Amino acid sequence: MPPGQRPGGITRVRTRRSVGEQAIKGLLAAAAVLSVLTTTGIVVTLVVESVPFFEIVAIGDFFFGTDWAPLAGGEQQSFGVVPLIWSTLYLTGVGLLVAIPVGLGVGVYLAEYASPRVRRTLKPIVETLAGIPTIVFGYFALTFFTPEILKGFLGLEVSVFNGLSAGIILGILVLPTIASVSEDAMSAVPQSLREGAFGLGAAKWQVVVRVVFPAALSGIVAALVLGASRAIGETVVILVAAGNNPNLTFDLTTAHQTMAAFIANTARSDVAAGSIAFATIFVVGLTLFVLTFAVNIVAIRFVRRYRQVYD
Amino acid sequence: MAVAETDIARKVVQRASSGERSRDLLFRSSLMLCLFIAVIFLGVLLVDVAADGVGFLSLEFLTSFPSRIDPQSSGIQSALLGTLYLMGLCALFIVPIGVASAVYLEEYADNERWYNRLIEVNIQNLASVPSVVYGILGLAFIVRGPIDIFGLGVGQPTLLAGALTLGLLVLPVVIIVSREAIRAVPPSIREGSLALGATQWQTIWKQVLPGALPGVATGVILALSRAIGETAPLILVGAAAFQRFNPTLDGQFSALPIQIFNNVGEPAGVFRDLAAATIIVLLVILLLMNSAAIMLRNRYEQKW
Amino acid sequence: MKLHRHTAVLVACSALAFGVTACGGDDDETAGGTTESADTQNLSGSIRIDGSSTVQPVAEAASELFQETAPNVQITVGGAGTGDGFERFCRGEIVIADASRAIEADEYEKCKAKDIDPVEVQVGIDGLSVVANNSLEFPDNCISTENLKKLLAPKSKVANYKDLGEGFPDQAVSFFTPGTESGTYDYFTEAVLETDAEQRTNKVQTSADDNQIVTGITGTEGALGYVGFAFAEENKDKLKILSVDGGDGCIEPKIETIADGTYAPLSRPLFMYPTTKTAAQPEVKAFINFILENNQKVNESAGYVPLTDELKATATQNLESATPVEAPAAE
Repeated sequence: MPPGQRPGGITRVRTRRSVGEQAIKGLLAAAAVLSVLTTTGIVVTLVVESVPFFEIVAIGDFFFGTDWAPLAGGEQQSFGVVPLIWSTLYLTGVGLLVAIPVGLGVGVYLAEYASPRVRRTLKPIVETLAGIPTIVFGYFALTFFTPEILKGFLGLEVSVFNGLSAGIILGILVLPTIASVSEDAMSAVPQSLREGAFGLGAAKWQVVVRVVFPAALSGIVAALVLGASRAIGETVVILVAAGNNPNLTFDLTTAHQTMAAFIANTARSDVAAGSIAFATIFVVGLTLFVLTFAVNIVAIRFVRRYRQVYD
Repeated sequence: MAVAETDIARKVVQRASSGERSRDLLFRSSLMLCLFIAVIFLGVLLVDVAADGVGFLSLEFLTSFPSRIDPQSSGIQSALLGTLYLMGLCALFIVPIGVASAVYLEEYADNERWYNRLIEVNIQNLASVPSVVYGILGLAFIVRGPIDIFGLGVGQPTLLAGALTLGLLVLPVVIIVSREAIRAVPPSIREGSLALGATQWQTIWKQVLPGALPGVATGVILALSRAIGETAPLILVGAAAFQRFNPTLDGQFSALPIQIFNNVGEPAGVFRDLAAATIIVLLVILLLMNSAAIMLRNRYEQKW
Repeated sequence: MKLHRHTAVLVACSALAFGVTACGGDDDETAGGTTESADTQNLSGSIRIDGSSTVQPVAEAASELFQETAPNVQITVGGAGTGDGFERFCRGEIVIADASRAIEADEYEKCKAKDIDPVEVQVGIDGLSVVANNSLEFPDNCISTENLKKLLAPKSKVANYKDLGEGFPDQAVSFFTPGTESGTYDYFTEAVLETDAEQRTNKVQTSADDNQIVTGITGTEGALGYVGFAFAEENKDKLKILSVDGGDGCIEPKIETIADGTYAPLSRPLFMYPTTKTAAQPEVKAFINFILENNQKVNESAGYVPLTDELKATATQNLESATPVEAPAAE
């Protein structure tokens, strides 16, 4: 036995190999740390560029003011962000009103009622539909949905840029995500739970509504939150179909502007760095970031509390 | 006891009455209605786009540049190349970083340590940050930022800046999917390798990663599918809408989603049709990518 | 193994890219030649142009036509707005600033602070057009500058066109106009509203994108707004172009009335501003010269009014001598 080695044991000798191993571990860790750097980068960028803004505009005026006109001239310039927050939540609400029932319906059907063959064909299709670029939905909203369906078929008196079109199409956009994720959640519920319920004489719909649904609740909520996050942050559909006017109103026939749409629109007109208009991009971006962050924290908490663990 | 059993039995029999069955049917029908609505909407969308745009599809469309004075001869070469280059650069970025992060988190990181949990939470959060916020990061930090190489940080939107911004956007997807693929490799493989005297890294490189490869590749393709259709970050970073020459690494670039976005805004009908034709091209590319992912998953999926 | 697979994907993408590049890049020859100098074929370089979205069609049309005679000059054209264009110009980020109004004193100061001397070259004439949705029936299809002022003044509360007087339609107001970064906005607010870049905000949708303005007006009942002449003409089958009464009767915006200035006060010059240094660069000089020498065709393609001989002479002179513009009077 060579000196230095214990019988039956592994000696930790500092070889060239182990140094190399440490180096590799370091490199890999560095890659993972990039994610932290990204978050830091986002937060730092948003906060740092927002500071000069709040030196000029009072925080109260920003968060509680109801007139958003940052690019107006002279006296009319105003920085109340409420219309943007309102339109964001309002249009997301309209979208979810469409996406949740229909999306869950599709999810339930695929998970509980569809035959395996139908499921095998439809599921990839749903997943592909979840990946259609949002600009396609924007195109559809402006060139078909508003003129042909809203104005033509339903005869509604809407402006060419209106919140109703944008909201509904937003729902269609988010629908496949809700369907897909909720279907995954329900499929994960063990068959034994269903069989138990059937054994007790429950009808199929009772099994689905009273057993599967509650069992998959955390996953379904995750699906809804995912859909809501996507809708809140959606930019292009709103930009193309809902126009440029922030409007603090329930009226869906007129234009609306969400936070994300405002950011993209302002950046598009390529405002000069350092101007207060440029700063609004960051301030509104920060508000949007905090909003989606909050929604996600709430969802994670909810999911963790109600998650059912199966063997 | 006997009375109770017959009671239950009676209730069971009662439940299976026709009233129950009709409620069942109602429920099932409303679900099918949902499916129908979803399919109709999405079907109409695709048919409308196809009908509007099919007239413009041709080889010339793919190989000419956009034209303002003669919209009929407008093409998407610069945008198409821009998109392809963006995807190529993006992949070069996300594959090493994403897989490395996943390997670290799955194979090396001790989950009890606070800093590893911080990394995990971060990745989860980043996956749901709106794409427009990534665009802001790209604009402020990459385009107008402090780093000044290869055309970054010069204040101009360059191809590399766009690719990095998109890369950061989809990196969480790659990490999450790669982690699942790595996790699916059973511990016995690792243990066997270590028992034969391999180091941890050798085990990972020669046994785990090859086993996880199909899953990782699927994840990369899915991430790129997402990146290819993103418009908002490109708007923020400043991609060109009208470019009559091919993009270069450190020069101005265009991309298909931006081209579509700008054409949609034009009131003249011909530009809308151009937008529709460009959408068709984009959707075809997406379809090819998704099919590749599904095929990879089906053919090479390892059953452990 | 991993490397091999990804290399394959990359190679495939590159092959596709090469194939597309090899096959393409050739536009059709446009009929009706343009004058060219013999040596433009050898010119190379890149020119970044940004600024007025009104002038943007001119720059784009010119860049397309110019590319035939000088295929190695890469020209990028943006349309961020006259004001933003000057910002970038005075920071040295772009080579030529498009403007639908003359440079102002504070912009000039910023340029001088960075040692940049703008050269003013007029490239065309625009007749800022008031356009309306097809549903609006104005008397004589005309609107006076007084009424425009009433409708769009900063604190205006006019909610219905009939408030303007007899003969005006009973229709709720709705406006689509350019925003504060636009030279068109600056020009309109100064020439018609007579304010310092201030305009009504209530019931007004602004956009940096002229196309979005046109889309908004064509699709909304009772909508009214203003855009550059090229955009109005391009869409004249979808909306109404109103005649404007500036005090001397209703004048319709047409090539003739704009060129001779009778369409007042909304006839305005369109400028391109190189710097004294860039005007000396061969590709930039050749490009702007091209626009001046082929002024008729370029402006026609873009939809604007070509320069009169007198204006063309001044512009050519400015360009040749690269004379810096005089400091504009501070307001």
